[in-house]
Amino acid sequence: MATTSKGLFGSSLARKYWMAVSGLFLCTFLVGHLLGNLQLFVAGEEGKLAFNEYGHFMTTFPVVKILSYITYGAIFLHTVDGIMLALQNRAARPVGYVKEKQSANASWASRKMALLGTLTLFFIVVHMKSFWYEMHYGALGLDANGNKDLWTLTVTAFEQWWYAAFYVVAITGLAFHLSHGAQSAFQTLGINHPRYTPIIKNTMTAFAWLIPAGFVAVAVFLFVVQPGQNL
Amino acid sequence: MDLTLKIWRQNGPQEKGEMKTYPISGVEEDMSFLEMLDFLNDKLINEGIEPVVFDHDCREGICGMCSLFINGEAHGPGRKVTTCQLHMREFKSGDTIYIEPFRAKAFPIIKDLMVDRSAFDRIQRAGGYISVNTSGNTIDANAIPVPKENADKAFDAATCIGCGACVATCKNSSAMLFASAKISQFSLLPQGQPEAKERVLNMVHQMDLEGFGNCTNTGACEVECPKGISLENIARMNRDYLFASLSSNK
Repeated sequence: MATTSKGLFGSSLARKYWMAVSGLFLCTFLVGHLLGNLQLFVAGEEGKLAFNEYGHFMTTFPVVKILSYITYGAIFLHTVDGIMLALQNRAARPVGYVKEKQSANASWASRKMALLGTLTLFFIVVHMKSFWYEMHYGALGLDANGNKDLWTLTVTAFEQWWYAAFYVVAITGLAFHLSHGAQSAFQTLGINHPRYTPIIKNTMTAFAWLIPAGFVAVAVFLFVVQPGQNL
Repeated sequence: MDLTLKIWRQNGPQEKGEMKTYPISGVEEDMSFLEMLDFLNDKLINEGIEPVVFDHDCREGICGMCSLFINGEAHGPGRKVTTCQLHMREFKSGDTIYIEPFRAKAFPIIKDLMVDRSAFDRIQRAGGYISVNTSGNTIDANAIPVPKENADKAFDAATCIGCGACVATCKNSSAMLFASAKISQFSLLPQGQPEAKERVLNMVHQMDLEGFGNCTNTGACEVECPKGISLENIARMNRDYLFASLSSNK
């Protein structure tokens, strides 16, 4: 048998491997991001100084810098690869069905991954403009310790109802995206086992809802408590 | 039973098609779905209308020739059943039934409800076989020990009849369930080992060339497959392809 293959670049399966690997890496990023956000539950001057110290560390420590570049790369890869897959999938059925009962055999989230991914990407752009851009290139004031006052920027953003609402909607979209993607990545990488697959599915489903729930909890806390008004 | 049938009519591969409505009465609930279409065609012929073209052969649920996307599902409502084994008792008098061909770029329409599924044959030809010398000194297959679990799984994979319901159902028109079943039925058995790497690489390559979509793991194919082929086969293909890509000699 002669071999013809595009191997790990270009074939349909390879594209999915890259989606799975980049997606799972971004899942680990979410855990780290959430742990940082949880510090916002500490209100008052003490919480403000600690959060700004953390912000300074996250933008200057070399290892974090390297990790952040890998994260940008993963987002880029996941996006470009996702667009290529979506275009191929659309081209694979030029004429659609008049009547199609997709809900009979597949979950809503699994059928809307491209839409949910696009929503998430839009959110990331807005989110990075709000905080990342301001932290790096904006005119932020300094706190008592001389660190950039990212805390005030953050808490005042979430005091606006529309910003908090947009955030909650976007994170909910992310939760649905993860509810399919996080466990599906293991199937794509060929991991399927009578004993371990149910454990993977349950764990990743819990992950998909609990991590976004943590992000939403912080946002709701900031909107309700309005810690910026009490300083 | 009185039914309203909405059927896709298309004169040829390049022609423009459309849904046409055919009211029909006198359908019996013991008719199979294909017998109902035969009944309709007799009526159309008597009226001087060209009969509806559809694929069929054994009508016993084993050949994989019948297709049809019925009321939004491949092989219609019900699970693990082909269109020929679907009976009219699954419907009620007064129902409107949508009947469409399997839709995929890789399954071009020949006429009406009949599509060209030879893309599956080409995937099969790319590696869905074992090279055995049959010139008088063939080894008895039973002389080679096979673990019971593997024999069962290989047999389950081999029950795929290649009807294309997986492609028709998949939102991406992906042929992964078919290809993975045809790869698994060999990769699980000792006889399939010498060519295992080339097989998975070649069959996936051919599948891509045919213009099928990618797998989103929605699981719709497994639900609609008349033979209940498991998603486990797709995972096996995924890991076999990964390892073959990393360790192939060519």
